[in-house]
Amino acid sequence: MSRAVLTAAERFGAAIVEPADEKETAAILRNANETGQAVIPTGGGTKLDWGNPPRKADILLSMRRQSRIIEHAWADLTVTVEAGCTIAELQRTLAEHGQRLAIDPLWPERATIGGILSTNDSGALRLGYGSLRDLIIGITLALPDGTIASSGGKVVKNVAGYDLPKLATGSLGTLGVITRAVFRLHPLPRNTKTLTIAVDDAVSMQRVVSAILGAQLAPAAVQVRQGNVDILLEGTLDGIAAQESAIDKFGNVREGSAAVWNAREELWHDTPMVKFTTLPARIAAASASFSRFVTQATGIGYAQFDGDLQALRTAMEKDGGSLMIFGNTAIDAWGSPGDALPLMRAVKEQFDPKGTLNPGRFVGGI
Amino acid sequence: MNPRTLEDLRGILGPHGLISSSEELRTYECDGLTNFRVIPSAVVLPDSTEQVQAVVRVCHRERIPFVARGSGTGLSGGALPVAGGIVISLARMRRILEVDLPNARVVVEPGVINLDVTGRVASANFFYAPDPSSQSVCSIGGNVAENSGGAHCLKYGFTTTHVLGLEVVLPDGSLVHFGGKTLDAPGYDLAGVFVGSEGTLGIATKITLRIVKRPECVRTLLAAFHSPTEAGAAVSGIIAAGMLPAAIEMMDNLAIQAAEAAVHANYPDCGGLLLVELDGPLAEVDALMAQVDEICRQHGAWEIRVAQSEAERALVWKGRKAAFAAMGRISPNYIVQDGVIPRTSLPQILSEIDQLSAQTGLRVANVFHAGDGNLHPLVLYDRRIEGQEKAAERLSERILELCIEKGGSITGEHGVGEEKKHMMSKMFAEPDLDTMQRVRCAFDPLHLSNPTKVFPRTRLCGEKPGEYVPHPLEIAGVAERF
Repeated sequence: MSRAVLTAAERFGAAIVEPADEKETAAILRNANETGQAVIPTGGGTKLDWGNPPRKADILLSMRRQSRIIEHAWADLTVTVEAGCTIAELQRTLAEHGQRLAIDPLWPERATIGGILSTNDSGALRLGYGSLRDLIIGITLALPDGTIASSGGKVVKNVAGYDLPKLATGSLGTLGVITRAVFRLHPLPRNTKTLTIAVDDAVSMQRVVSAILGAQLAPAAVQVRQGNVDILLEGTLDGIAAQESAIDKFGNVREGSAAVWNAREELWHDTPMVKFTTLPARIAAASASFSRFVTQATGIGYAQFDGDLQALRTAMEKDGGSLMIFGNTAIDAWGSPGDALPLMRAVKEQFDPKGTLNPGRFVGGI
Repeated sequence: MNPRTLEDLRGILGPHGLISSSEELRTYECDGLTNFRVIPSAVVLPDSTEQVQAVVRVCHRERIPFVARGSGTGLSGGALPVAGGIVISLARMRRILEVDLPNARVVVEPGVINLDVTGRVASANFFYAPDPSSQSVCSIGGNVAENSGGAHCLKYGFTTTHVLGLEVVLPDGSLVHFGGKTLDAPGYDLAGVFVGSEGTLGIATKITLRIVKRPECVRTLLAAFHSPTEAGAAVSGIIAAGMLPAAIEMMDNLAIQAAEAAVHANYPDCGGLLLVELDGPLAEVDALMAQVDEICRQHGAWEIRVAQSEAERALVWKGRKAAFAAMGRISPNYIVQDGVIPRTSLPQILSEIDQLSAQTGLRVANVFHAGDGNLHPLVLYDRRIEGQEKAAERLSERILELCIEKGGSITGEHGVGEEKKHMMSKMFAEPDLDTMQRVRCAFDPLHLSNPTKVFPRTRLCGEKPGEYVPHPLEIAGVAERF
């Protein structure tokens, strides 16, 4: 049991329950649903403060006992894994066959598959390999009424039925508890190299990023930090060398350390944290609101921010982006989901009509 | 359809936006799957989101089921009209609304043709990645409905990977927006669940697409093997070597013969033909192509060619993309099947298909997206011979059952539609299907949007077990309770 989960249980005054399997998970949910108890699903407990504080929390449903890697079909490049498995443990197993799940989420030694999916935390590799929604191919959910339902499958290409793996990804456990997931995998890169280009100001930062994205290169990840642009190259030595010489033209390039890809994690401190989204051509401009930030080339940034959150959100939304706030209870964590909110409420009503799961943590009070 | 409703529709669309004469309606009686035919009560051709909304509001008020239709190239009967319903054709909504190159986004109306998106951005070295074989005629709206794939989705993903935002008319006529030009919009990923919902959740009227920078270099290798099994082993070798090609396609001898007869692609006459395409930075592609060549030779390839020019490359692909239509050259009738297996089951399912073919005396040509295990067996038959059509249908369905037994899927890219809804219960358990339909109940509680497709049985929304309350649709005779 992680310290974070224990602390949260104490804070909420909630009981911790650790079901051993899918059936027990469904039975606990059904019982809670019938007796009007609110359930907070959790894995490693690393992101329990994401979203709004729950209106009610009676049971902390820990998935840590369900951590088996059910099937690594390495020749088919897929894996079926239980929700409570940490990503680090999964990656170690996959690496035995030279493969990986191509994501780089926060706190990999503690963060579990279920939690990573529920919070949609992909990381910087999203540029090269797509996000979780592109990598998940199957899911099993336990619903508040005790139903256990699967959707998707074990094959990469499959359009039979609705895509519930995507619906569950990023839903913060408000529709059902993820009990297992199936992913498509990628081979581990043969070689990797991190390059860093120092930049003087936002204009040159954007110029460098846009030049890299506009060139016919294939970087696995690109991010900007204060005064720096980081580029991750993967592939054959010849391919990396050729791309490196192309990138050389864009600025003062030095070989960076692989540790720069932990910069996002290192940002996390007690100061208020935000995640913002913006257009790729505006990442430097949007990042200029912050003194400490890590912004990925896909247009997703993370920053410390101590100022007027509402004004910042308004500015981000005006530019077509959004602002998510971590760990500040004075202001809604999400911002407006727009005109689709009534439909989102209708979806919630179909899956969890009594509001048993994570009540109030998601958008619009869902 | 009652005259007042027709008048309402005419009022919304004008005289040229409504089709109600029986001869003209016949054009819309089926899509690319021609063995299902239903003549709709009316067809409307809106040219704006407002018109789509107004039409859907009339349908909602009158409880008339509707089916959205793009170019009508779908292969599972997804755009098959519903008896007593109307067809909403999006063919007139074909404007490219915005091209935003700095952010690699394009905003289109649903009737825009897939290939025209690439056509519009090609001069800036961008392309739109999903490339179904029908891409020169199929519409983006239809691609969204079916979550269309194509040969290059092995590397680039499917339609859903490239749809970032949607404007949707819901089945009650209200307008909503999912996602947008930026990623990770707050809330549920409704764009993710809408793409591939086969027109059952509403009608997309505006679609924000991601476009992709054209790679520096594209190389296509053709390798001739004695059998598909050898070719399949080479595919495993390529994957095991840690490569992710842009596409890996395979054709068996019958498919090669047909493609040769149709487009003279100059394929080697072999038992199993592999087409491997690598793209990316030149140096990377060169290094990997040498390895692909070696792996193919190790697995028995007796002839290897690399397309030397863009024209040669185009010809290689033309043969592959024409493969379905080319079957007409070697058989009077044929069924195009679409199933998926875990790639490693390929040799096994091939020998099982061979056995089925021998037992029934029906020829089966095989075209595969071999990299991701997506099979397109083509079951050849002659309708004029008593009993052959039925036998071909049975054989085709048996292949899908084999796919399910191997842990695969009944469709990789053509959709469930009308054709395969009875197979859904073989692939999914009842609680799985029931849970999917909860989504439908949230979007379309009255089951008006393409109501008879995808699911074998309709979940009546809001029903409580134990008490019987007739649903409005039952009373109207639109739905049945099983």
